[in-house]
Amino acid sequence: MAVLDTASATGVLPAGAGALSPGRLAARRFLRHRLAVAGLVMLALFTAAAIIAPVVIGIDPNQVTPTAVRRPPGAEHLLGTDSAGRDVLARLFIGGRISLLVGLSAALVSTSIGLALGAVAGYFGRWVDGFISRIADVVLAFPSLIVIIVVAAFVGPSLPTLILSIGLFSWPTPFRIVRGLTMSLRGQDSLVAVGGLGAGPTRILRKHVVPVVVAPLTVVATLGVAQAILLEATVSFLGLGVPPPTASWGNMLNEAQSLTILESMPWLWLPPGIAIALTVLAVNFVGDGLRDAADPRQAR
Amino acid sequence: MTSAPMFRVDRLVTEFRVDGGIVPAVNGVSFDVYPGETVGIVGESGSGKTVTVMSALGLLPASGRVVAGHAYLDDRDLVALSERELQSVRGKDVGLVFQDPMTALNPVMTIGTQVAEGLRRHNQGMTRKAAADRAVELLAEVGIPNPRQRARQYPHEFSGGMRQRAMIAIAMANRPRLIIADEPTTALDVTIQAQILDLLRRVQQETGAALVMITHDLGVIAEMTQRVIVMYAGRIVETADVDTTFHHARHPYTRGLLQSLPRLYQPVDELPAIGGQPPNPQRLPSGCAYRPRCPLSRDREECHTRPELTTAAPGHQTACHFHTELAEVRV
Amino acid sequence: MTAFVIRRLLVSLVVLVGISMLLFVLLQLMPGDPAEMMVDPMSFSGDRAAAVALQRHRLGLDSPLPVQYARWTGQLLHGNFGYSYTSGRPVAEVMLERLGPTIWLMGTALVIALLVGIPLGILAAMHRNSAVDYTATVASLLAISLPSFFVALLGIYVFGLKLRWVPTAGMNSVGGGSFADFLHHLILPAAILGFALAGPYVRYARAGMLEVLGQDFLTTARSKGLTRRRVIGRHALHNALIPLVTVVAIQLPVLFAGAVVVERVFAWPGMGRLALDAVLARDYPILLGFVMAVAVLVLLCNLVADVAYAVIDPRIRL
Repeated sequence: MAVLDTASATGVLPAGAGALSPGRLAARRFLRHRLAVAGLVMLALFTAAAIIAPVVIGIDPNQVTPTAVRRPPGAEHLLGTDSAGRDVLARLFIGGRISLLVGLSAALVSTSIGLALGAVAGYFGRWVDGFISRIADVVLAFPSLIVIIVVAAFVGPSLPTLILSIGLFSWPTPFRIVRGLTMSLRGQDSLVAVGGLGAGPTRILRKHVVPVVVAPLTVVATLGVAQAILLEATVSFLGLGVPPPTASWGNMLNEAQSLTILESMPWLWLPPGIAIALTVLAVNFVGDGLRDAADPRQAR
Repeated sequence: MTSAPMFRVDRLVTEFRVDGGIVPAVNGVSFDVYPGETVGIVGESGSGKTVTVMSALGLLPASGRVVAGHAYLDDRDLVALSERELQSVRGKDVGLVFQDPMTALNPVMTIGTQVAEGLRRHNQGMTRKAAADRAVELLAEVGIPNPRQRARQYPHEFSGGMRQRAMIAIAMANRPRLIIADEPTTALDVTIQAQILDLLRRVQQETGAALVMITHDLGVIAEMTQRVIVMYAGRIVETADVDTTFHHARHPYTRGLLQSLPRLYQPVDELPAIGGQPPNPQRLPSGCAYRPRCPLSRDREECHTRPELTTAAPGHQTACHFHTELAEVRV
Repeated sequence: MTAFVIRRLLVSLVVLVGISMLLFVLLQLMPGDPAEMMVDPMSFSGDRAAAVALQRHRLGLDSPLPVQYARWTGQLLHGNFGYSYTSGRPVAEVMLERLGPTIWLMGTALVIALLVGIPLGILAAMHRNSAVDYTATVASLLAISLPSFFVALLGIYVFGLKLRWVPTAGMNSVGGGSFADFLHHLILPAAILGFALAGPYVRYARAGMLEVLGQDFLTTARSKGLTRRRVIGRHALHNALIPLVTVVAIQLPVLFAGAVVVERVFAWPGMGRLALDAVLARDYPILLGFVMAVAVLVLLCNLVADVAYAVIDPRIRL
């Protein structure tokens, strides 16, 4: 039954709950978000697996065995072998390392750039802000996938190129957040007072802006990791990302473009695809949970 | 006053369902409104004054529910009506004026259309043109200059006072017999407040409607109303005619409200305010809800039982165990 | 209002010029002679040398850089985007050829996403925490988390190979050219692309509708005795759909990016596939043309978004 939720009668709800610190309240809200917790657990497992498992298994993911090409899952190779006779499971774990590495690094790059530029634009305002914001608008408007592909075409695919391109084209989102917050803070009396006392911009930014900005930035960064992982997978799938022979979930799926493999060798493409899906979902859950924890007033 | 009340609220109980449980908002409220009179409902935010009225008209948000009680408009119990039946009452027999006309008006619809909408809803045969013309007339009646031009404009092109006039036009479009104004002047400048109050009074006189003014502003009460209902923590704590309320209040809360009014000829160093905070509806004090803030109570035994409304004098009821002690004390 | 549109147009043009300058710089850095690139390789060698010399002159390669840039843009405006390294055909011609299939793909996906995504989001907001809301939230989360190429592969596997409902690749069957056959080939890639696009649509529609549902003017509307249908239809929806117009316009470049991937997986002969093949073959002329096309698309979408918003929302009459 459709119901209209109108706000005007809600002057009723109680003000002032318990007396916990905002940090603990936020943690509590996060933990109540079942999916977010599940996501966090899953990510922890994946990361642990990605780091430890390859060592434990002891199989070289790049070991080519021409005699054991495209074997289905069996005792010796738990997830079978690919077209070059390499162990799929081992490659899956290495791919996990790579994807997480790219995701985190790219998100780090974009968040750092966004933080720096956003603080500068928000603090100094006027033409500095106008200029940087314009550039941000243009960058934001272009679909990152296309740009990354073109860059890869000109420079040649490599891991650092990939991380940099993803990072360099994802900074507008954190930039906007930091800029907005800096601008609103700038107007507040506390900052004006501190500035009057002789504090320079760096000090103000560091001690007053950064603490406020941390929470929403973490949310944006987390969601940025998900974005980055997806981008890496897509670009690698198209053959322009992580260069072979290094395994990446994306380039493992590259093989699946042959109909025979697609139809009769699911072990070659289902595991990496599912791995990507689960990882990105988990990161998105955690991001959503963080967002709700940081600002419960936002309608889910 | 004619004999029968046209609007009767009878032991209304409303609660809200929230994340942490149930919030009781209205805890057994009863009052009457007679044809043509002006009644004021006064109380702090959260006292339940708005929720009472919204409950009666079925305008609660999804989380609210009327748990018990009745709200009679003439002979019909509005609480028992279906949503569809209520839709023919709202806007026709009862008109509402809300607090903030900027948010209460649809920002992407012209004022004229918003007025005409209500007209066409309750006047089946009315053509679009007829409704538009009548809307212009109504805008003129509420004192909006250049009404034909203004009708084609959007809310953001109006000033605050004019928006509220438009809201009043919407409320009275179908000549309702009851107009409920919820804090109609709170969001306005002081100078405009007086104009709007004048307008409301004029509308009431011309249409003969009863007017219920919900407000926290005693000045408005003094100026507009004939009878006053004081609410606290979802209950009525006192009701009397306006003179009695101001000069012979027999409830410590009412007294507290009155005392915090600045008086022109009695300068004081500090305005006495009522100590403490309004109670959390989910955790009301046991017994009398006002007890923790009440200077009269001194935490006496009786105050741990909830006081019922008792008659202090004809037409004057109060819910305080020690109201007689207040009879001797001048306000 | 017209002043606003003109102003936005000018800004877009400035950005376009900026991008073209960037591309011009890239052109200089690329291996190969720009003049060579822009001459029809089909001309005979004798003529060819003369043609290249002429082109060199046209591009003013012996003149200072800004002049070269001006001449190069002149060539572009004449339609000469160069000639493809791989096929030797004029870039403009090849791109135009591929434009149609891509537009069909994107257009159908857009329609699917609009018809499914937005109503779903709105219903989810209206029936909060119900089964519909739950489905919508989960579905949209999946749509934005699953890589589109993986969904495409799954789609081909299930619908193409196992169920054999649709063909697995290409735009037409061999020997067949009927419209029905074309649609048969179109439906799966368009659906997959539409699904990916619908994810954000559902989220934005839901959030927008939720925000509107919490507004006071809805209470006013109800207080007039308006029927629920009118309150939702005329007041709530109208307000909720306004910001969605911008969202749709802004998401169009993303749709194009998605189309690139889908075209690859389905071997759909569109612009995206063209670009990818060009990347792998280092066919720079095609790539340049492609980037220009994308730039125009992006700028157009943003322009439309801004103008549409100003037109639809009376609060922003400029």
